[in-house]
Amino acid sequence: MSLPVYSSPHFGHSRNVTRVMTEVLVALAPAIIALWWYFGWGVIVNIVIATTAAVATEAAVLALRGRSLKPLTDLSAVVTAVLFAVSVPQLLPWWMTVLGMIFAILVVKQLYGGLGYNPFNPAMAAYVFLLISFPAEMSAWLPPAALNETPLSLGQTIAVIFTGDLPVNLTWDAITMATPLDVMRTELGQGAMISEIRNSPIWGDFGGIGREWVGNWILLGGLFMLWRRTITWHIPVSMLGAVVVFATAAWLAEPEAFPNPLFHVFSGGLLLGAFFIATDPVSATTTRKGQLIYGALIGLLVIIIRTWGNYPDAVAFAVLLMNMAAPTIDYYTQPRIYGEQEKQREP
Amino acid sequence: MKLHSFHGGLHLPEHKSESTGAPIRTAAIPDRIILPLKQHIGAPAHLLVKPGDRVLKGQMLAAPAGRISAPIHAPTSGTVVEISEQQVPHPSGLSAPCIIIEPDGREEWTALPPPMTNWKELDAETLIERVRDCGIVGLGGATFPSSVKLEHRGQAIDTLIINGAECEPFITCDDMLMREQAGRIIEGISILKHILDINRCFIGIENNKPEAIEAMRNAAKNAGLQNTTIVPIPTLYPSGGEKQLIEILTGKQVPSHGIPANIGIVCHNVGTAHAIAEAVLEGKPLISRVVTVTGAGVNSPCNLRALIGTPIKSLVKAAGGANGQSTRLVYGGPMMGFSLRSNELPLTKGGNCLLLPSEEESPIPPRMTACIRCGKCAEVCPARLLPQQLYWYARAKDFDKVQDYHIHDCIECGCCSHVCPSHIPLVQFYRFAKTELWKKEQEKRKADHARTRHEARVARLERLAAERKAKLRQKKEALEKPARGKGKAAGGDDAKKAAIEAAMKRVAAKKAAAKEQQPEKGADN
Repeated sequence: MSLPVYSSPHFGHSRNVTRVMTEVLVALAPAIIALWWYFGWGVIVNIVIATTAAVATEAAVLALRGRSLKPLTDLSAVVTAVLFAVSVPQLLPWWMTVLGMIFAILVVKQLYGGLGYNPFNPAMAAYVFLLISFPAEMSAWLPPAALNETPLSLGQTIAVIFTGDLPVNLTWDAITMATPLDVMRTELGQGAMISEIRNSPIWGDFGGIGREWVGNWILLGGLFMLWRRTITWHIPVSMLGAVVVFATAAWLAEPEAFPNPLFHVFSGGLLLGAFFIATDPVSATTTRKGQLIYGALIGLLVIIIRTWGNYPDAVAFAVLLMNMAAPTIDYYTQPRIYGEQEKQREP
Repeated sequence: MKLHSFHGGLHLPEHKSESTGAPIRTAAIPDRIILPLKQHIGAPAHLLVKPGDRVLKGQMLAAPAGRISAPIHAPTSGTVVEISEQQVPHPSGLSAPCIIIEPDGREEWTALPPPMTNWKELDAETLIERVRDCGIVGLGGATFPSSVKLEHRGQAIDTLIINGAECEPFITCDDMLMREQAGRIIEGISILKHILDINRCFIGIENNKPEAIEAMRNAAKNAGLQNTTIVPIPTLYPSGGEKQLIEILTGKQVPSHGIPANIGIVCHNVGTAHAIAEAVLEGKPLISRVVTVTGAGVNSPCNLRALIGTPIKSLVKAAGGANGQSTRLVYGGPMMGFSLRSNELPLTKGGNCLLLPSEEESPIPPRMTACIRCGKCAEVCPARLLPQQLYWYARAKDFDKVQDYHIHDCIECGCCSHVCPSHIPLVQFYRFAKTELWKKEQEKRKADHARTRHEARVARLERLAAERKAKLRQKKEALEKPARGKGKAAGGDDAKKAAIEAAMKRVAAKKAAAKEQQPEKGADN
């Protein structure tokens, strides 16, 4: 008689990767709804295109590598696609989204060995890849609903994304608008004072009008993930903390030359980056101390690049730079193990 | 009393009530008893009987071989029918030498050593010898010979910790023993304190065992035991791990690669304390133990006092039999136990639980997927290791790095595997790495030994060659001298003298050579 043999523990598992990814997607829902509310259908169309492209690419690569298609069910490709789609301009041409996803899944993820082996966050790598290759299209942002006199319908949005043709009577200049971060950077560069810059109607209470409230919905998703313990507080808190500390210091020193910390927090991709991008476990640090350092350095880099860099936003660059540093940080921040420092009693 | 906490840990479904409904029952004497010669950590016991011998209950069948070893006793009277290699309960699934006894059912006791009711007047050495002669090993599962832990060996011990935590789900043998035999356990603890000559003692029991805590408190009060605190500790796996329990109760950590004695602590399980009491007060050797037979796969989960060597299938039968629902047969608890290939294997001294879990209790492990470095494993690791890094290097067979990441501090509690969302059998990887390292260590030791021997041999041969050469040269010189002398006019006397001198030199050289060779020969052997 021979009984089946298994390795201990014989107690099942409390979690699985698909559930982790599903939690991330659920947490992204409020942000998606907010983006749709303020900016129209573009984000939804982009999510559909990106998800299709990402899953198709992943399936193709797995088939080419002669692997089982099982990893598709882990939903990691879908998470990459959705994160990418909420980060890019709403009317980005469809083929750029597809190109971005092919780059993310094929080059950044699968060429390194697939899920778990990619040193860089695929969504951010794809974002930077497109930003450098197609700076104009990647900066063509729609204005928020409050400022948009001619919102596009779902049909019009799809037509623009797939054909590039705008509805009659509309021009790109008329329907797109620089983001608050871009305006701030450009005008500060021209020597304007912040009180002057903020006279424009694009501003809300502390960030760009309309946009500033998307951040709250992202925050809500982030809190959901903290509650579900999908992520821990270390990276978001240290990253946001660093941004607030450095921005506040600069702002207090010269309030007319440096925007206030709330503007930094609620503009651009910072909240999305803090809760959804920098916390990507594969490309981040894993030790607790390391996560605090990693998050804080991303925050510092964001402020540096936003203030002195060539691009208005900096989250993607900062995350990718710190992805490179993650293994080193992990190596130097290993926790003290049980019993390590205890001195042996002399006999 | 202020309690401390250890890092990580898990709240697991307890599954304790299934087997605590009825008191401990005595399992029937089986038809066949299989006694492995090694049921403890250390050297296998040295055989004292041969096939055909009639043995009496309690008779020593195998004697300890060396300091870290333990004897094996006959659990009942009968005949030794066979001494052969049998499959034993061990994760490797390998076979080991066993004594097989056919019980005669008469339960005839051998002449036991006299009870030491006056133990308070006896010295530690006498009591330790009794513990050793009775074959007592750690009954919590680790099976380290208890007597060795009681020898001071120059370490100053100030605290005795009694482990009644029993943190692993499903297992209730210590709980039931404390409920029913608290008095005996307390007597054992008093003896332990006397042997160690210390006052301070903590008895750690997880707070999910209120009946056991109550029983132990009453027993301690009745016995008038001083300076002994029964401490209910929070239910959190693996609080019953020796290192974790020590940290909970004292806030101190056992040094990495060290033992509790390094920080003045000795730790024993409640079952061991019970066995020690029986050994000292009644002269009874360790021939039975309490074992939990549980899981949805048995009809009536319970605790049994069973003879060591009872085949597992008899124990399952005693628990109402198997109902066919179980996915496997686990020896030990669900977190650290290992699954057995056969139910013919015997119960050994370390066997605290037999688990026959249903598919729901122990699902067939799903296929592992890639590690996403989520770090949950590090969050729950009670040793504060970085399990995902360990996995990475163990998988790459980078054994130097595995050691850098402290593989030897892993207690194999299974917390990391349990929480892993990628379902990686992490502990299995660590066991593999540990085994490989151990193998390498063995090979290195062998190679070092061979090299030392080789070098010694080469040196010896060289020296012998040099000596032979020197001798030859002397001979030659001695022969040449008289020849030269003969060539000269007056030389007869001189030549004679030279010849005598040469002969004396030869003798001296021979003596010296012989002297040198003697010790060297000894060393070579």
